[in-house]
Amino acid sequence: MKDDSVKHPQAAAEFLKDRAQAKWHDSAIWWVRQKRDAQAKQLPEWEELRRLAREIKAHTLSQLDDYLAQFEANAQKNGVTVHWAADADEHNRIVHGILAAKQVKKLVKSKSMLTEECGLNPYLEQHGIEVVDTDLGERIVQLRHEAPSHIVMPAIHLKKEQISELFHKELGTEAGNNDPTYLTHAARANLREHFLTADAGLTGVNFAIAETGGVVVCTNEGNADLGTSLPPIHIASMGLEKIIPKLEHLGVFTRLLARSAIGSPVTTYTSHFHQARPGGEMHIVIVDNGRSEILGNEDFYQSLRCIRCGACMNTCPVYRRSSGFSYSYIIPGPIGSTLGPSRDMKKHGSMAFACSTCGSCSNVCPVKINLHEQLVLHRKKAFDQNLLPAGKKMGLLAMRFLTQHPALFDLGGKVMRKVVPIIPESLTRHSAWSRAGRDVPPMPSQSFKELYQQRSKDKKDKEGQQ
Amino acid sequence: MKIGLFIPCFINELFPHVAMATLELLESLGCEVEFPMEQSCCGQPLANNGDSKGACDAARRFTDVFQRYDYVVAPSGSCVSHVTHHYDWYIAEDSAYQQLKPKVYEIIEFLQDVLKLEKLPKPVYFPHKVSIHQSCHGLRELHHASPSELMMPYHSRLESILKLVDGVEVLLPERRDECCGFGGTFCVDEPELSTAMGEDRIAQHEATGAEYIVGADPSCLMHMGGIIRHQGKTIRPLHIVEILTGRGAGA
Repeated sequence: MKDDSVKHPQAAAEFLKDRAQAKWHDSAIWWVRQKRDAQAKQLPEWEELRRLAREIKAHTLSQLDDYLAQFEANAQKNGVTVHWAADADEHNRIVHGILAAKQVKKLVKSKSMLTEECGLNPYLEQHGIEVVDTDLGERIVQLRHEAPSHIVMPAIHLKKEQISELFHKELGTEAGNNDPTYLTHAARANLREHFLTADAGLTGVNFAIAETGGVVVCTNEGNADLGTSLPPIHIASMGLEKIIPKLEHLGVFTRLLARSAIGSPVTTYTSHFHQARPGGEMHIVIVDNGRSEILGNEDFYQSLRCIRCGACMNTCPVYRRSSGFSYSYIIPGPIGSTLGPSRDMKKHGSMAFACSTCGSCSNVCPVKINLHEQLVLHRKKAFDQNLLPAGKKMGLLAMRFLTQHPALFDLGGKVMRKVVPIIPESLTRHSAWSRAGRDVPPMPSQSFKELYQQRSKDKKDKEGQQ
Repeated sequence: MKIGLFIPCFINELFPHVAMATLELLESLGCEVEFPMEQSCCGQPLANNGDSKGACDAARRFTDVFQRYDYVVAPSGSCVSHVTHHYDWYIAEDSAYQQLKPKVYEIIEFLQDVLKLEKLPKPVYFPHKVSIHQSCHGLRELHHASPSELMMPYHSRLESILKLVDGVEVLLPERRDECCGFGGTFCVDEPELSTAMGEDRIAQHEATGAEYIVGADPSCLMHMGGIIRHQGKTIRPLHIVEILTGRGAGA
């Protein structure tokens, strides 16, 4: 499980102690951003697709209740059982209820950030059900008892050597064999066993289509397909924002999703599920868990347009240099830094400040969420709820006062310029400005205001003499 | 045409030479420029830390001080973008602000869009290699250049204005517009991360072989300059107006 007590600045500083690892992490993820650029460049209509995707999602969110009801009715017509969960607990109880009714002992799961959000794995394990994650990256972090560090590439924080070591311990692979193909085959053989012996499969949902009542799951490994084809029970868990109105809208999103996420023109498998296979059961669990509240918030409702592509993480210079574990919420990076504080400002407030407001995230977002602005809007809430560190708040209040009193502001500046140069370096070295290796700027003897006054006076004197 | 010179607070205290270069450049192009002494901070640090009241008061003050001018010009993309792109969060209903907003320009925008500058007031010879630093707010809010994330035709204000300078060789770093890590109070909230970002950015500028990192935002240049001095590197941050006035050559 994720440590949700981490504070970003400290965790990032810790991560950066190993600069070589941090540089590798940055480059590995930047490479995905570059692949995304290369794919996007090939579509002359890229920006038009983003605009369309934004509008389809905005339209859907504006009538979400109607579309959800339509989706439910159509899914039920297909023979699917639809469940509604107000929160994470209810989601977990519903899933457990379905499994317990059929004495399920083992559940295979394809990747689902929603079940991470709900803490489904530990809940089911406490109730005696074995849960096996079948996405390779997700399986790796499950074996390490870790949370995913990225929503699309859950094990991106690990090098192949670390995975080799893990597989040697957990799956009995050869010690020191770091060959990715060898390791993948070993994981596949192990997962096959689980697929064949599982009693039920659970998938996430990328898109739920109101008009058909069907759900669409995008994977690159085909694990969702095996996990739903072999066991007789398929449970699909979805956040209530996953709805799109019609099948004809899907193409806009599938064209954007894989290109934005991993720089591929398409995901290897785009699977449509409409009904249970003969003799089986299909359930869809629609989860709110705080989403309605976000939908009702003028500043943050846009975050519900998210299609979980992870492009904002890949472009974020802060995420790439601090890794997913520096963020307290289960979803890291820019989108997590608006969703987390929306969920719990006290717990996840530090995420809203883990941002230089560069705005690159808002530009890569395929549904054009104003991500960097949302973080600043969350800071308003943090300030109003008195969650800023006391020293920082005092500094801001002083700044607020000085801004309205320019003469005092200028005096403060003058004192700074005179005093800083005579402070011994041994003292400034530990300041927040300098402690990581940044010298204080040289202090000019005169401010521009002083120079300007002098200049105006000289000009006048000169005119007087003439 | 009367121009109100907006000199952001930290430029006033720490980079008076950049402010002076801006003033002289405008005057030498025949502009009537006034520097209102009662100006102070535009309120961006307050806004970015969630202090709505402070940000709102600062926005009103800015409007009061500058509404009497035909144009307002400043040598900082970030502060200008706060005024033109974020004051609406605080004082959208203020009609004086709405009248002022379209008259507020970053200096390079002003030279190119209002003055339609085709040649510099005096010829400048700057026989140096410079690496362009696109500052984030200038880039993604003021559209100084086409951001690398957006699929659109390439343009760059800084590159085109440097075409007016003789001898200069313009280079672009790898990852042409990644953030340098300054980020306002972010730089002291997360000093380790901010400095790491700066180090990476400087290394990319250095790798071009440039002698100068040239940008239009003194805050980014201040941050990178601090790291450069700490590490004793030879590359130098330089504000673009210093080149355009011909002062940069001696720097």
